[in-house]
Amino acid sequence: MSARVETLPVVPKPETPLRRLASEFFASRVATGAFAALMVIVFMALFAPFLAPQNPYDLATVTVMDARLAPGERGSAGFLMWLGADGAGRDMWSAILYGLRISLGVGVASGIVALAIGTAIGLLAAYRGGWVDALIMRVVDLQLSFPAILVALILVAILGRGADKVMIALILVQWAYYARTVRGSALVERRKEYVEAAQCLALPASRIVFRHLLPNCLAPMIVVGTLQTAHAISLEATLSFLGVGLPLTEPSLGLLIANGFEYMLSGKYWISFYPGLALLATIMSINLVGDRLRDVLNPRLER
Amino acid sequence: MVFVIRRILQSALVVLVMSLVVFVGVNVVGDPVHILISDDMTKEEVDRFVRQLGLDRPLHEQYLHFLANAARGDLGNSFVHGEPALKLILERMPATLELAFAAFLLAVIVGIPLGMYAGLKPEAPASRAIMAGSILGFSLPTFWVGLMMIMVFAVILGWLPSTGRGEFMTWDGLRHLALPAINLALFKMALVTRLARAGTREAALQDYVKFARAKGLSPSRVVLVHVLKNILVPVVTVLGLELGGLIAFSVVTETVFAWPGMGKLLIDSIQRLDRPVVVAYLVITVLMFVVINLVVDLLYAALDPRVRLREMKA
Repeated sequence: MSARVETLPVVPKPETPLRRLASEFFASRVATGAFAALMVIVFMALFAPFLAPQNPYDLATVTVMDARLAPGERGSAGFLMWLGADGAGRDMWSAILYGLRISLGVGVASGIVALAIGTAIGLLAAYRGGWVDALIMRVVDLQLSFPAILVALILVAILGRGADKVMIALILVQWAYYARTVRGSALVERRKEYVEAAQCLALPASRIVFRHLLPNCLAPMIVVGTLQTAHAISLEATLSFLGVGLPLTEPSLGLLIANGFEYMLSGKYWISFYPGLALLATIMSINLVGDRLRDVLNPRLER
Repeated sequence: MVFVIRRILQSALVVLVMSLVVFVGVNVVGDPVHILISDDMTKEEVDRFVRQLGLDRPLHEQYLHFLANAARGDLGNSFVHGEPALKLILERMPATLELAFAAFLLAVIVGIPLGMYAGLKPEAPASRAIMAGSILGFSLPTFWVGLMMIMVFAVILGWLPSTGRGEFMTWDGLRHLALPAINLALFKMALVTRLARAGTREAALQDYVKFARAKGLSPSRVVLVHVLKNILVPVVTVLGLELGGLIAFSVVTETVFAWPGMGKLLIDSIQRLDRPVVVAYLVITVLMFVVINLVVDLLYAALDPRVRLREMKA
């Protein structure tokens, strides 16, 4: 049980949707744990420069002397490298903190842009209907009939390498999921009486769409947004691991894992193992939070 | 018949649209001239080169030219290997198909029994473990699991080779196949388990299962015949559609295990800017995808007449 749940019933507060959501969400111990883990991970990513004993990309502090030090050995700078060091002598713990920052940043940023684009397009399709809707949904169906990794590889092959290109690829991969979700729930909401009432008041279309339709579509958007962010992080890591993702100057977790690959066969597991564990913890905690949100918000999602 | 023709026409349209996307993407967003010429070429040489490749002509002419060549099976020569791109891809295709089918079989053989067990006894601890495992199967990044498998089974235990491919259907070949196939299968295994569990839970409540029990059939016969038969249709349909996903995801597994398939070739080619091979891979993969989807759709319609009727009304 979390402290939050215990403090709630002391003074009966008016029940707001957010508070109800929170109390239902934290009723699950697994979800509470996942949420706490996610908060820790986000904190680690945000404050990486203060938490890391070393700036792993400042050449002045990294020395090849420390290369491939095993976990628990002391580096030449005097601090304990409790997760070991990689092939260039970087402290793995510091590299993971900085890598988390990049992985989370890319995942969340591309998710937000894709959410904005997908929402706008989905709302347009639902509100306009007719051929606009048919055309948009054809494109969405076409894209979703191919797996995300294939679409991403096509885009990376076309666009080339670089952080901006990977961002564009991730956004283009994701927008269709959001568009489909938003359109689905907006179509349901559109037939309801409050929209009809708003139309009778002769409110402008933009006001109806953004002030009336959109807030009522939020629940499924939150769920899909959470799960999709985990997907985006995993996809970016995969692309970076394959060597077609982020450039070496922006070492995300996927790139760290790829760097350790060559040392794996000689038994130096820690260079790949720990970044992978960090990636796994991130994806798992986001997925568990998303699953719980889906149960609590209970939007009838398509598949 | 109308339905079949309609679906085939739709698939042809998808292939055409995708070829346009890939062509325009590769030739407009990326500039092929920039990649093909070297810095020490003179202006005249560059011009001649551009004319020779037809890059001075308007884009729609270039596209039609590309289509005409593609229809004859000519997708250009690889810059790196100097051989026809299509030939390179087709040479690598058996390895990828071997891997994909092995993973497919594994996912079915392991996933269906696990899912059925979890569906029949949803409260058993083993069922909970199975479902937790399936969540793990969805969340674990494929490439990292592959690395860990190499570390445990090849480096620490030394049971299986970590990279490469052996002769097809020999002991050595199977040993090489084991780790990549399991790696590729994990995600689908989780999916099959969940599908089989949901299907079993639903089927177990149906009247025909109750009737079979009431008739006094042995529990094993009820489960293995009556329940299994009825969950197979949705599971096979979804899996059929996922076969294409296996081929796409084999890119990752092939890279980890240095499996000499088309996926590894794609990654190498993207890194070396070998565009004809990249285009050839994409064309072939999209084609495979569309054909798989078409076949699954048609099979599904053949099995379930309701699908046909709905399509016709629409």
